Amino acid sequence: MTVLEVTGLDVHYGLRRQRRQALAGASLAVERGEVVGLIGETGSGKSTLARAVLGLVRPSAGRIVIDGEDVSGYGERQWRSLRRRGVVQYVFQDPLRSLDPDLSIADSLVEPLLIQGVPRAAAEAKARTFLAKVRLDEELLPRLPGELSGGQRQRVAVARALVTEPKLVILDEPVSALDAANRVQVLEILKDLRAAGIALVFISHDLGSVAGIADRIAVLYQGELVEVGSARDIVVTPQHPYTRLLISSAPTLSTASAGRAEREALRALLTA
Amino acid sequence: MTTLAKSTLTGTDPTETGPTESPETGAAATTAEPVLAVRDVRIRSQVDDREIVKGVSFELTPGKVVGIVGESGSGKTLTCRAVLGILPPHFEVSAGTIHVAGEDVATLEPRQLTAMRGSTISAVFQDPASYLNPSIQVGPQIAEVIRVKKGAKRREARRRAVELLAAVHLRDPELVYTQYTYELSGGMLQRVLIAAAIAADPRVLIADEATTALDVTVQAEILDLLADLRDNAGLALVVVSHDLAVVAQLCDEVLVMREGEVVEQGPTEQVLYHPRHDYTRLLISEHEQYGLEKFLTREQS
Repeated sequence: MTVLEVTGLDVHYGLRRQRRQALAGASLAVERGEVVGLIGETGSGKSTLARAVLGLVRPSAGRIVIDGEDVSGYGERQWRSLRRRGVVQYVFQDPLRSLDPDLSIADSLVEPLLIQGVPRAAAEAKARTFLAKVRLDEELLPRLPGELSGGQRQRVAVARALVTEPKLVILDEPVSALDAANRVQVLEILKDLRAAGIALVFISHDLGSVAGIADRIAVLYQGELVEVGSARDIVVTPQHPYTRLLISSAPTLSTASAGRAEREALRALLTA
Repeated sequence: MTTLAKSTLTGTDPTETGPTESPETGAAATTAEPVLAVRDVRIRSQVDDREIVKGVSFELTPGKVVGIVGESGSGKTLTCRAVLGILPPHFEVSAGTIHVAGEDVATLEPRQLTAMRGSTISAVFQDPASYLNPSIQVGPQIAEVIRVKKGAKRREARRRAVELLAAVHLRDPELVYTQYTYELSGGMLQRVLIAAAIAADPRVLIADEATTALDVTVQAEILDLLADLRDNAGLALVVVSHDLAVVAQLCDEVLVMREGEVVEQGPTEQVLYHPRHDYTRLLISEHEQYGLEKFLTREQS
């Protein structure tokens, strides 16, 4: 079942002469229980695509269907009600900024449920369940975000995204700020979510960080989706010159980095 | 194109082992005089009297590259700052020695340390914009380094700064010279910082997470640039990163640090293909499970 369907999406920023196209005709579908990696560099439009799906920017053209509901023409009130239902959730790179520093972990976790009108006792029980799902101990509940390690905080941010039982979770560079051990742990949790049937969009500037978790990878370059395919196909047989440049630029554990001449040729091709 | 000294070193033995073998006289095991020798350096925090860095040793001859891998808090940056003589307040080198071009850093006066920085040993860090004055064009900031460190006249310093901007592969060096930080991308700013760092012809360059904040394709360009400087100018490099793969691209020797300790040290090939410590294995398995290595076979050079 298709959870997210984006068709021919255009997004512009700025007015009149400063008007600039950030996204041009982007089309992408994400199925239930699928992880789609969205790759692109600074300014490629990947965060714009995420913001459009979250209703934070208004597209100038195109269609967005979330869990069967066409949200393309939604106004502010309709978006608010959609967000309150918690069908789409998101996790950002820096959990210190996405979690309220003055709210205990327990309060942060129950807040989205209380907004929905869930009674406090039921909300707290649910918060505990989801804390366990991200492999954190209940003793963290009374603490403040500042008292947790970066890895623990990011797992709390994931738990907070999950309490409303979303169909779709958008993760913007969720592991970029984490060290190796915590990165692996968060990626393991994402695998659990996929197994539970949640659709995930994993945004990153680094192909290497999503290659292992994504089922499919979409490559954004200068506002256009230039290539979409299975993770294996994208990594092993990339077609677009930009994808090829990304692959040959990504540092790997091979000491034989013969890619330099190739990179220079691809760069010339892209700027031509 | 530049007046960067051509490699003075041609005859180092590629099979030379790490400095741990010769703690007393490191020079005996190598053919070239080390430009940087760090021996069992320990760094202590005076606030809580805790040892933060628990013994780091390595040696660097011209044209060689040492990599330090570790997470935030592992002590890799403190080690670099000790080498540069710029430890933050309340931190001190409590044991061990650091020799830069044969001179014991501990015996140098602050004035001598300042003279050493830039002209013998230099560094670039993660966030290039914070090291440049946003209200002054970037070119004159490089020219200033050349005037102060090399005693060059204004016109000569300007000419040399433009040469340096060309040497770090900035496409239009004359234009970049007149631009401000806000007009340049992160990758361009890091090139400007590298140009400033090599302006006084240092023999050692420390790159501490210098490519971390950059896009992957730009990171590759900067790593290529560092390799050029090593090959063409015989610059010795210390490359610090949280990512083992970044270090693997460039380094002859790798130190893996964790919580202030060097848990593994050896030639890059050995660390990558025959890791001995569990933590190194974790770093490698993360790449193999979740990185491009999941689909691509690893190749040895």
